[in-house]
Amino acid sequence: MSIAIAKPELAPRSPTMIVIVRLFQSRSFLIGAALVLAIALVAVFADVLSPYDPLRNSFRTRLRPPDSTFWFGTDHFGRDILSRVIHGARISLVIGLMTALLTGIAGTMIGAVAGFFPTLDNPIMRLMDALMAFPAIVLAIAVAAVLGASVVNVIIALSIATTPHTARIVRASVLVVREREFIEAARALGASDLRVLCRHVMPNAFGPLIVRLTYVFATAILAEAALSFIGVGPPPPAPSFGSIIAQGRDFITEAPWITIFPGLAIIVSVLGLNLLGDGLRDVLDPRMRT
Amino acid sequence: MTREIAIEARGLTKVFGGRGSVFGRQTGGARAVDGVDLIVRSGETLGLVGESGCGKSTTGRLLLRLIEPTAGSVAFNGRDLTELTKAELRRSRGKMQIIFQDPYGSLNPRMTVGDAISEAYVIHRIGDRASRAKSVLEMLDLVGLPRSAASLYPHEFSGGQRQRVGIARALALRPSFVVCDEAVSALDVSVQAQIINLLQDLQRELNLTYLFISHNLSVVRHISDRVAVMYLGRIVEVAEADHLFADPAHPYTQALLSAIPPSHPDEPRHRHELVGDLPSAHDIPVGCRFAPRCPFVQDRCRATDPQLSPLPDGRFVACHRAADGSLPTYRLNS
Repeated sequence: MSIAIAKPELAPRSPTMIVIVRLFQSRSFLIGAALVLAIALVAVFADVLSPYDPLRNSFRTRLRPPDSTFWFGTDHFGRDILSRVIHGARISLVIGLMTALLTGIAGTMIGAVAGFFPTLDNPIMRLMDALMAFPAIVLAIAVAAVLGASVVNVIIALSIATTPHTARIVRASVLVVREREFIEAARALGASDLRVLCRHVMPNAFGPLIVRLTYVFATAILAEAALSFIGVGPPPPAPSFGSIIAQGRDFITEAPWITIFPGLAIIVSVLGLNLLGDGLRDVLDPRMRT
Repeated sequence: MTREIAIEARGLTKVFGGRGSVFGRQTGGARAVDGVDLIVRSGETLGLVGESGCGKSTTGRLLLRLIEPTAGSVAFNGRDLTELTKAELRRSRGKMQIIFQDPYGSLNPRMTVGDAISEAYVIHRIGDRASRAKSVLEMLDLVGLPRSAASLYPHEFSGGQRQRVGIARALALRPSFVVCDEAVSALDVSVQAQIINLLQDLQRELNLTYLFISHNLSVVRHISDRVAVMYLGRIVEVAEADHLFADPAHPYTQALLSAIPPSHPDEPRHRHELVGDLPSAHDIPVGCRFAPRCPFVQDRCRATDPQLSPLPDGRFVACHRAADGSLPTYRLNS
């Protein structure tokens, strides 16, 4: 008995601590986290980091290729692309983060209720199936077009588009956890449905959701670019990765740097998030490992 | 020895499935438990044995109304559990508890042992934080775990220790009736003995009534006062443990007992092996449900279903031939 219990004090004890320790041993998590953190810091300190005002027009500096003054070149209004990409990180990350949060909240509530209460499962999930039958991006375009172009509406549109799949993932893990014996033990003690769901089911069902939300985050950044490209994204002149690319497409042969640099920024963000998600998946959901 | 009846089941039946879905075809459903009558007396240990899938665990859960019976009633200390509302049922949960087979799966991996035990007090709003912590320590003492265990998580314990945690949680509200559902089956033999001794000590100390569900006949023989044998959702024999093991009345019990390995390798064995498989609970034979595998089967067995009825010596058996004494005498090895 004493052998099993007398562990060194530094050993990870709670399941959460064990996960954190394993994450720091995962290379893809560390690389992904470093990339995401770097972009997040750029977004937070955009005002300090950007060399110029991202909105300032200047005819004298129109369509300048990258040089030592304008590292990423300038666009057709003479605005500094580097400054615009730095500020664009702000809007793109806010859209990604808010979409992930809203999807997380809505998907958790819908999936938990559907998975936990068998009578509500069918009605709720058939509705989700109906939403999933539309391609997510088409749904987002439709919602954004109806609501009008603004950052908030893009977030709403993307959240609606990504919620059904997220709800399905949460429901699946709730279904698995619901059948475990400690759930029956809690019921045998007289725990109410709400207590069983909140204290026993959900804490053990969050793993796949967290992994899913990193992909929602990445998808939202990509989808924002797609929405901007067809003109239902965040309205100009405020820069986002997508809107910079959209404005640069008319000059893609004469001034490719306008589209290349925000494109690279998207690649780095999405790559970072996907690596982060892979690392999380390996630790939280080992059965999914390929 | 006539003690008060702690729990009494009448015609308990559970059919799983059965309702056709929109796309699925109509099915009969699996009759996991099919008309079980069972009495557990206060302070006794009733062993419930039978092969896998015969409905032992389902019966245990039906007695606690952890699953809703399709038909039948359960009276606990004279109150019909099947008539309680959900809220009334939740309030009375403290008096009847269950100890599970899998000592890992039955503990929430994200809750410390202390939280798992004190949850019972939180649910039933007993005491304040300090008195709950004190009660948790008392429970740990009671089941022989160190007090430091309260702040640890389930994965930091061995199987036997986890089972002690499960026992502490089940006993936290001082129940009078406890279902032990294969409570020692997942443990090493040496640990099994410790847990069985603990269960017996606790029974004496707290005047507990046990329904001890197991497929391990030696364990059941050791711990039980009376034993009920289950076959395909039905009780086929109930008798005092010593009586049942010395002189089984039902042909199925005879076959079951002959499967116990002898204690000495040179001892002659009279294996009494059953032919065929357990019939599906979806498709229960007409007449005696043991008839297709019974070596002593007669035509009447295939025609009418024998009811559980008393023999002159006080045992209960559901067999036409045992009831009228025409069953060929059968001697066990011992």
